[in-house]
Amino acid sequence: MSAPVQTASLTAPALPAAAAPAPAPAFERSPGYWGHVGRKLLRDPVAIGAGLVILTIVAVAILSPWITPMDPYRGSMLRRLRPIGDPTYILGSDELGRDMLSRLMVAGRLSLFMGVTPVILAFLIGSAIGIVAGYVGGWLNTILMRTIDVFFAFPSVLLAIALSGALGAGIFNAIVSLTCVFVPQIARVAESVTTQIRQRDYVDAARLSGASSFTIVRVQVLGNVLGPIFVYATSLISVSMILASGLSFLGLGVKPPEPEWGLMLNTLRTAIYVNPLVAALPGLAIFLVSISFNLFSDGLRSAMEVKE
Amino acid sequence: MLTFVGKRLVYVAPVAIGVSIVCFLLVHLAPGDPLSAILPVDATQETIEQMRAAYGFDKPLPVQYALWLWRVLQGDLGTSIATGRPVIGEVGRAVVNSLILASVATLIGFAFGTFFGFVAGYFRNSPLDRAASAIAVFGVSVPHYWLGMVMVIVFSATLGWLPPTGAGPDGSGNWRPDLAHLRHLILPAITMSVIPMGVIARTVRALVGDILSQDFVSALRAKGLGEFGVFRHVVKNAAPTALAVMGLQLGYLLGGSILIETVFAWPGTGFLLNAAIFQRDLPLLQGSILVLAMFFVLLNLAVDILQTALDPRIERG
Amino acid sequence: MTPALDPRDRGGPGQPLVSVRGLVKHFPIKKGLGRARAVVQAVDGIDFDILKGETLGVVGESGCGKSTTARLLMGLIPHDRGDLLFDGEAIGGRDLPLRDFRRQAQMVFQDSYSSLNPRMTIEASISFGPRVHGTPARRAIEEARALLARVGLEPARFAGRYPHELSGGQRQRVNIARALALNPRLVVLDEAVSALDKSVEAQVLNLLLDLKEEFGLTYLFISHDLNVVRFICDRVAVMYLGRVVEIGPAEAVLGAPAHPYTAALLASMPSLDPDRRTEEPPLAGDPPNPIDPPSGCRFHPRCAWGEPVCAKEDPALADIGPHHAVACLARQPGAAHSRAPLLEREAA
Repeated sequence: MSAPVQTASLTAPALPAAAAPAPAPAFERSPGYWGHVGRKLLRDPVAIGAGLVILTIVAVAILSPWITPMDPYRGSMLRRLRPIGDPTYILGSDELGRDMLSRLMVAGRLSLFMGVTPVILAFLIGSAIGIVAGYVGGWLNTILMRTIDVFFAFPSVLLAIALSGALGAGIFNAIVSLTCVFVPQIARVAESVTTQIRQRDYVDAARLSGASSFTIVRVQVLGNVLGPIFVYATSLISVSMILASGLSFLGLGVKPPEPEWGLMLNTLRTAIYVNPLVAALPGLAIFLVSISFNLFSDGLRSAMEVKE
Repeated sequence: MLTFVGKRLVYVAPVAIGVSIVCFLLVHLAPGDPLSAILPVDATQETIEQMRAAYGFDKPLPVQYALWLWRVLQGDLGTSIATGRPVIGEVGRAVVNSLILASVATLIGFAFGTFFGFVAGYFRNSPLDRAASAIAVFGVSVPHYWLGMVMVIVFSATLGWLPPTGAGPDGSGNWRPDLAHLRHLILPAITMSVIPMGVIARTVRALVGDILSQDFVSALRAKGLGEFGVFRHVVKNAAPTALAVMGLQLGYLLGGSILIETVFAWPGTGFLLNAAIFQRDLPLLQGSILVLAMFFVLLNLAVDILQTALDPRIERG
Repeated sequence: MTPALDPRDRGGPGQPLVSVRGLVKHFPIKKGLGRARAVVQAVDGIDFDILKGETLGVVGESGCGKSTTARLLMGLIPHDRGDLLFDGEAIGGRDLPLRDFRRQAQMVFQDSYSSLNPRMTIEASISFGPRVHGTPARRAIEEARALLARVGLEPARFAGRYPHELSGGQRQRVNIARALALNPRLVVLDEAVSALDKSVEAQVLNLLLDLKEEFGLTYLFISHDLNVVRFICDRVAVMYLGRVVEIGPAEAVLGAPAHPYTAALLASMPSLDPDRRTEEPPLAGDPPNPIDPPSGCRFHPRCAWGEPVCAKEDPALADIGPHHAVACLARQPGAAHSRAPLLEREAA
């Protein structure tokens, strides 16, 4: 130890007057839990690859209004369903003669937005419900979790379609429906993690220090439960992407002419006999994003299994 | 065992009531008047009031719910607005078709899923495991409606081996076990089987890996049991959970088949739901969802009871 | 510093710091469909005092209610019946709200790992309590580092670390520092050294003795290890199935046990000293189920002195010497037990 031990000059806290301001010595800092997770994740080539794919697609989608090679909305009846590799249309053109590459790039905005937003909303709402149920316990837990059980009685695809079918088509309604699908799932995970953490002695120690329930949850519980809930939520993004585009595919989400991968897949169904490869492209985009999120989530999960 | 069944039934009852409430409220979630779809545009206020009274929409919600539940318990799910026929009959026909498709898909998925899962679990961290795991990830990540389209593109549009849509050659809604109908079943069933395959493969891989790492397996090997004997023990221990997952997957497929049924124009519940949504046929929507959800609840219950009966380790207290 | 000089002292040195009277806690357990209920009689009517400045040991087999007693005293779980007094005032009552009581009483748990938040640095864990009570963050951290130094952990090396980077003994030192951070008068040590290696255990015990002297602490020391209890405790209470069966000065209870259960506990203790070998039979079998405890004296099915009367009569704690009380029919003058001493009147 090269650093001088400045605290040696301090007396016990019974006499805090002695705690004079001292120059900060070289204190050792540990990287902490998330530091370890980050390092482990960086050693996982599959997770890094998946992460890069996600980042690229997100970047392209965000920047698409400025970087698309052609106008994604303007078509030409004379140049419909051009094949992939066409000199003008690199990835071909759709059934209304619009450039597929440009449309796929722009469509990423709505598809990603509709796939990720429900998971974020459900993460916030579901975590809140689950943590309260898990921490408070007792009858409140029973009421909340029994209500959640009712939603588990619906397969998620059915629930999403039932809700957006009843609410009617539209981006907003689709996001509301999908959020309703994921809130119970996240709440259940949050509840079980919180119930476990709540039984740890350090929560009892925090109660003994006189802290309020709110402070204990904020300082002692959140840091330990949000990680596992977050990993679970990232694994839902894949499902959410498939479902969100599925709703648009059914005509329950985005309305034409707005480009969205699921909707594009639907309108191109008529073209599968003429130009099958072009018709399959939007689905490939959904698949790429979905599998990337799944692989990244798997990597995150195993990176978080570090010794604490 | 009997007390266990009783306990599960008591636990399921409130869930079933909750499900019925959600289904009942679905109609009231819909924007506008539930009657707007069947009322003529120029209906007078008087006609509207009469219709409201006739359908019971003038009463408070809890009363409406009680009346509705009473009719449902007697098997009356209302009348389809689009066809004018009882909902129960429409749903019944569709459920049979969906059940055929979902069951075949589940069986295919179970067969391949257990195979890949066993291979991956037995040869953990080998290239075989990575390949099998990759197939499993593919199964849970692929948008199945797109996979259906790709199947149609490859096997119908390009190769022309199999029919792309419908349940039979004449376009009839009734499935029969003959060769022509079987040919129509192949593509949608294989497409649909990809989801349970991925889930079951992941489950079985984890199960097998778990069982093989337990002490009793080392003990079996130590006492000179051959690999086949060990394999038998692994199967016996993994079977209850794997079968339970399979049962649940059947329920998911039945409820989640709407997208695939739409792609293949399969005359099942998903197809029915799609029609109900776009014709704003709310009684039909409500009825199909209630039937599907209740089926799922009962399937869960059956799986639970069966798994407990099969697995001596689960406490029945 | 003696406890009498503590400005928070109210009743003077003669008043016990803690008085427990008739404490009862039954845990309901659901059976069947949640109708038929059974109860675990975890703590079933116990009385004891903790005197100012002493160390009271509580011993007994696992499941006897030692830890439940500690948690009841600290208000971590609500008690069903009975009175808990701290320096003469009811804990959680009008004069001593739970929050005020907890500034004066802290606890160290058995599992050194589970009692530290894995996502918080050591200094953050120690300074949490003072910060809750309004100490500015900077000063709380400085005090936490000083306390670390006091419990023998170099602050510059350990303050910024996470629990998993410490050994069990180091973590338990951190837990002690955390308990002291609120400057308590009472520290409950619930099997605080039980999980440590013997050599580390001795170091931590010595640290506890030093800290007690320095901060004028009172300890409630819960343990199943009679050797440790003999080393550190002034008085000992022996618990069996939710009851106190013997209580008194450590040298009296452990040197000349009056209750057959205490004697059996001592006999089952390994000893290399031939003089300390006793003729008492060692304890056989497991403790009975606390859901359905035996009638009469709860120890009678395992007791070497068990007689039919023991299954009928439930003995209460009765004095048998200076500050030494025992709950056993064989020690009660005038009881129907064949070994019971005669009443003075009859003897005369």
